[in-house]
Amino acid sequence: MTIGLPQYLVVSGVLLALGLFAIVTRKNAVAILMGVELVLNAGLLNLVAFSRFGGGLDGQVFALFGIVLAAAEAVVALAIVLQVFRARRSVDASKACELKE
Amino acid sequence: MHEVAPVLQDFPLLFLIPLLPLLGAVWNAVMGARMQRRFGNAAVHVPAILFPAGSFVISLWSFITLAGAPHGTSMYNYLWAWLPIGNLQADVAFLMDRLSGVMALVVTFVGTLIHVYSTGYMKDEPAYWRFFAYLNLFMFAMLVLVLGDNFLLMFVGWEGVGLCSYLLISFWWREREKAVAGMKAFVVNRVGDLGFSLGVFLLFWGLMTTPASPPASNHGQVDAHGAAVAAHGEEAPALGTSVAFREVEQILQDPVKRTRIVDRNVLGIGLITLVCLLLFVGATGKSAQIPLYTWLPDAMAGPTPVSALIHAATMVTAGVYMVARLHFLFTLSPAAMTVVATVGALTALFAASIGLFQNDIKKVLAYSTVSQLGFMFVAVGVGAYWVGIFHLMTHAFFKACLFLGSGSVIMGCHHEQDMRKMGGLKKLMPITAATYFVSCAAIAGFPFFSGFFSKDEILWKAFNSGNILLPGGGLILWVIAAVAALGTSFYMFRSYYMTFSGEYRGAASHGHDVVAKADGAHGAHDDPHSTDAHAAHGAHADPHSDPHAADVSGHDAHGGHGHLPVESPWAMTSVLAVLGFLALAGGYVGLPLLWGLPNVFEAWLEPVFASTADRVTSAGFGHGVEWALMGFSIIVAFGGFFAARVLYKDGRSPIPARLIASESALVQGTHRVIFNKYYVDEAYGFVFVKGSLVLSRALALWDSRVIDGLVNLAGTIGRAFSFLQGAIDRLFVDGLVELVGNVIQAAGTRMRRVQTGRIQAYVQGMALGALALVALAYLLAW
Repeated sequence: MTIGLPQYLVVSGVLLALGLFAIVTRKNAVAILMGVELVLNAGLLNLVAFSRFGGGLDGQVFALFGIVLAAAEAVVALAIVLQVFRARRSVDASKACELKE
Repeated sequence: MHEVAPVLQDFPLLFLIPLLPLLGAVWNAVMGARMQRRFGNAAVHVPAILFPAGSFVISLWSFITLAGAPHGTSMYNYLWAWLPIGNLQADVAFLMDRLSGVMALVVTFVGTLIHVYSTGYMKDEPAYWRFFAYLNLFMFAMLVLVLGDNFLLMFVGWEGVGLCSYLLISFWWREREKAVAGMKAFVVNRVGDLGFSLGVFLLFWGLMTTPASPPASNHGQVDAHGAAVAAHGEEAPALGTSVAFREVEQILQDPVKRTRIVDRNVLGIGLITLVCLLLFVGATGKSAQIPLYTWLPDAMAGPTPVSALIHAATMVTAGVYMVARLHFLFTLSPAAMTVVATVGALTALFAASIGLFQNDIKKVLAYSTVSQLGFMFVAVGVGAYWVGIFHLMTHAFFKACLFLGSGSVIMGCHHEQDMRKMGGLKKLMPITAATYFVSCAAIAGFPFFSGFFSKDEILWKAFNSGNILLPGGGLILWVIAAVAALGTSFYMFRSYYMTFSGEYRGAASHGHDVVAKADGAHGAHDDPHSTDAHAAHGAHADPHSDPHAADVSGHDAHGGHGHLPVESPWAMTSVLAVLGFLALAGGYVGLPLLWGLPNVFEAWLEPVFASTADRVTSAGFGHGVEWALMGFSIIVAFGGFFAARVLYKDGRSPIPARLIASESALVQGTHRVIFNKYYVDEAYGFVFVKGSLVLSRALALWDSRVIDGLVNLAGTIGRAFSFLQGAIDRLFVDGLVELVGNVIQAAGTRMRRVQTGRIQAYVQGMALGALALVALAYLLAW
C-alpha cells in the first residue's frame, strides 16, 4: 500500500479531532494549550501534504513560518498561564470565567 | 403796519431754564427720601428752591439780553432734531420772545416764591420730598410749555403740567375724595387735550395739503377732499409742513398763502375756524372755562401752595398764553375769536355768581380764578392780546397772594376752611390780613392797584372791539364782564370780612363736639398737622415723625381748638409781603395810555403781535367813552366793596342770615341752585360718569357673554382635539417605540446567557458551528 495524500489527510483530521477534544474537555489551561498545538500542527501537516502532492514549495515555506509562529504563540500563552496561576493559584480554565456576561 | 422780520439770536443757556427744575425734581425723587431722613427738611427744600431760582436768574438774564436786542429779535436755543418724520420736522428748540419771556419770568418768579412758602406750609409733611419733587417737575413742564418753539414741544409741556396737576391734587391720595379730585382733573383735562391735539393735527394737515398757488386745471376753488388736493399738490407745492410757531406765522403773513388757507373749508366750516375752535377746546380744559371748568374747584383738594401756583398763577393760564401765542391763527377767524370772547365772558359771570355763596375760603378763590380766567379770554378773544397777558401777570401776583394768604389762614385756624368758623383774624394775623386786603383790592379793581389797570383795560377793549360778530358788538361782552366784575368785588370782600373782621368764631362759640366733627369733615382737607393725616400717611412716616405725632396728638387733646390762631412763620409771611407788594404795584408797567403815561407793557409786547395788529379792529369809541367806562368800573369796584362791607363786616348784619333762612321759595331756590353750583357737577356726573359706567357695564356684559363665550368655545374645541391627539400618541406612536425597545430588551435578556466566560464553551460553539457549516456546504453542494 502506498502512502498517498488521503492517508496524510486522515492523520491530519485525527490530529485536529484530538486537539479539539483536548481543548474542549480538559480543564487544565496547559493541557488546553497542548490541544491548541495539536490543532495547529494538523493544519501544518495539511499544508506540507498538499505541497508534496500538489506541487510547488509554497506550502513547505508556510509550514516553516507556522512552526516559528507556534513557538512564539506558545511562549506568550504560557506566560499568560503563569500570570493566571500567580493570580489565582490555579490554572483551571473553567473557573477563570469572570468575563461572563 | 410795519413788517418785523423775526431774527433769532442764539442764547445757548436757554435750555437750562426748563432743565434746572427737572434736575431738582430728579434729585428729590431719587435722593429726597433719604436726604430728608438723614438731614431733615432743609436737605430737601434747599435744592428744590435753588434750582427754580437758578431758572429765574437765567430767565432774567435772557430777558435783559432780549430787552437790549433790536425789536423782533428772539432768544433761540436749538438742541436737537426731535421727530424728523417724513415732511414733519419737530425740533427740541427753545425760543424766548417778548411774550414767552414775560411768561417765563412770571412762572419762575412766582414759582420760586411758592417753593419758599411751601417750606413753611408743608413742614410737618412726612412726604415732604415728594411734594418738592412734584413742584419742581411742574416747573419743568410749565417752562417747556412756555418756551417750546413748536406745537409739539408745547404739547409736551401741556401734558406735563396736566400730569403734575394730577399728582399734586391727589398728593394726599390716601383720602378718597382727594384721589377722586385728581382723577377728575386729569380726565377733564384729557378731553381738552384731545381738542388741542386734533387742532394741531388739523392745522398741520391743512398746511400740508393746501397748494401754495392755484393748480392750473382747477376751477378756482380749493377742493376739500384730501386726495384730490394731494394729486394737485404734486404740481403746486404745499403751503408748508412746519410745526414751529414762527414759521407758521411767516407762512400766514404771505397774503396769497393766507387767502388760500382761509378760503379752505372742512366739514362745512372754515379750516382755520375749526383749528382755532379745537385749540380753544384745549384751552377750556387747561384754563377751566365753560364747559370744562368743573375740575378746578375740586382741585382745591391739593395742598394750598399747589392751588396758588398751579391752579391760580401759572398752569391754568396756559390756555390764555396759547391763544396769545397763536394770535396769527385766531385773528384769521373772527368766528373763533367771538367764541373765545363769549365763552370767556360767560365763564366770568357764571363762576362769579357761584363764588357769591361759597363758604369754603378756597372754593371762593377757585371760582374767582375761573372767573378771572374768563376775563383773560375776553381780552384775547377781542384781539387785545397784550391785555390778556397783562391781566394774566397781575392775576398771578394777586391770586397767588390770596391763595397763600388763605393757606396762612387755614394753617392758623387749625385746618379750618369754612369762613363761617373764622373771623377776627386781622388782629391775630396782621401781615396775612394786610396782604389779603391789598390783593382783594387788586382783584376788585380799586384804582391804582394792579388789577385795576388790567381789568379796566379788558373791559374797555371788550367794549371797543370791532371784531366781535355778536349783535351789538362788544357791548354785550362788556355788560356781562362788568356784572362779573361787580360780583368779583363783592365776594372777594365778603371773604375778607368773613375771615378777618369781627370776633374769632372758631372753637369759642361751639361745643367741643361740633368743632371736632367739623375738623373731621373740613379740617382733613389740608392737614399736615393732624393725627388723622399722620395715620393716613403712615407708610411715609419715618421714625423721626413718631415723637412728633405724639406731640401733635397731645396738642390736639388739650384743646387745640381753644388756641387762638397765630401768625404764620416768616417763610410764609415774607412771600405774602412780596406778592402783596406786587399786587399793589405790578400794574404800573401797564398804565393806561388814556392818562398820557407810558404803557411799558404794551410797548414791550407790541412787536410780538405786530403781524396781526392791523386785523384787530376797534369800534372807534373816543376818549370820552373810555373815561366814562373807567369811572364806571371804579364805581363797580367800590359798589361791590361797600355791599360786602355792609353785609359782612364784623358779622353784625343780620341780613345774610335772614336771607338764607328766608321762607320765600324764590330766594331759597336761587340760593340752593347757586350754592350747589347750578348742579353742573351732578349733571356731568349723571351724563358722562354714569353714562360711561353704564356703557362700560354693557360692554363688560358683551365681553363676558359673547366674546368670552367665543373664546371659551375655541378653547373647548382645542381641548377636545388635543385629547384625541394625545390618545393617538399614547396608544400608537408610543406603542411602536416601546415595542422596539421591548423586543431588543427581551432578546438581550435571553442572549446574555450565552456569554458564560468559560473558554471551552466558546470553543465548543465554534467547533460545532464549523461542523454545521461543513455539513451545510456538503449538503448544498450535493
